[in-house]
Amino acid sequence: MAPTSDTDWQKHMGDDTLREMACQELVEVITDYLEGTLPKSDRARFDAHLATCPGCREYVEQMRAVIRLSGSLTAKSIEPATRDSLLRAFQRWRDSQTRL
Amino acid sequence: MPVTNGRYESAVTLKTGDRTSEAELIHRLRDGDEAAFTWLVDTYSPSLKRLALVFVSVDAVAEEVVQETWLAVLTGIGRFEGRSSLKTWLFKILTNRAKTRAVREKRTVRFSELGLEEVDGPAVSPERFLPSDHPSFPGHWSTPPHPWSGVAEQAVLRRETMEVLRRGLEKLPRSQRTVVTLRDVEGWPAHEVCAALELSEANQRVLLHRGRSRLRSILETYFAEDA
Repeated sequence: MAPTSDTDWQKHMGDDTLREMACQELVEVITDYLEGTLPKSDRARFDAHLATCPGCREYVEQMRAVIRLSGSLTAKSIEPATRDSLLRAFQRWRDSQTRL
Repeated sequence: MPVTNGRYESAVTLKTGDRTSEAELIHRLRDGDEAAFTWLVDTYSPSLKRLALVFVSVDAVAEEVVQETWLAVLTGIGRFEGRSSLKTWLFKILTNRAKTRAVREKRTVRFSELGLEEVDGPAVSPERFLPSDHPSFPGHWSTPPHPWSGVAEQAVLRRETMEVLRRGLEKLPRSQRTVVTLRDVEGWPAHEVCAALELSEANQRVLLHRGRSRLRSILETYFAEDA
């Protein structure tokens, strides 16, 4: 799916699969690349471009960093009152189990 | 928390249970072992609440959804056969309850429709690239990203940076925020996200792409100001 209808690189590049990947294209297909869903020919163009472009290598690293950092975000726990009421519910449940 | 050893390592260690100890936990839970229940509640409630808040907007409602989920676990644990992991079962109960509440709150939004309207603009501003009619390097960086050079690795240790990321995530359009939360924050595989949100694989990727790209841009701005 095209991100925008008239992105410059799309107009300019046509659909020659052997053409060099532009940086502006790379930043739009990077998620497909990381997800392993980029078609094989585009994957080769992506890798070939990365080999020669420090800016895009940095970009890829930054996207990987964003993913890693997101995975380190901590979540706040439930309210102590909710936790207490859950533990009381557990005790009631346990007692009802043993009575059966 | 170690973050340098691979993409999901820290997330996986914390967020996926070990199947053997899980069977033990389930056994102890059925036996009425309060310590086992307490451990489960303390371990999974933060993630459950974060997930609930993806579907319902009010914090108190999210609390209730988490509470209902644990009560459903107690009622259902006798029938739980362990075909899926306990964690998967838990999150499935929560997702169903949270969605029901979202319908009651009239916040029900079809992701398949909403998602694409929210797909806005390119991942990186066109001004950062050379024009498409540039004689030698059309569409190549004119302003390449400034190297973060390890700053992101130290970032996890810095509360301020993580706050910037957290706020950035909160400000994403809802469908992007939901997909990024499930995929990158909670570490769900793509197919589970698609199933939970009734999204196609392609649309899931578009939303993930927009969300991640936006977060990168927010951090880039923050690191640039910081430097």
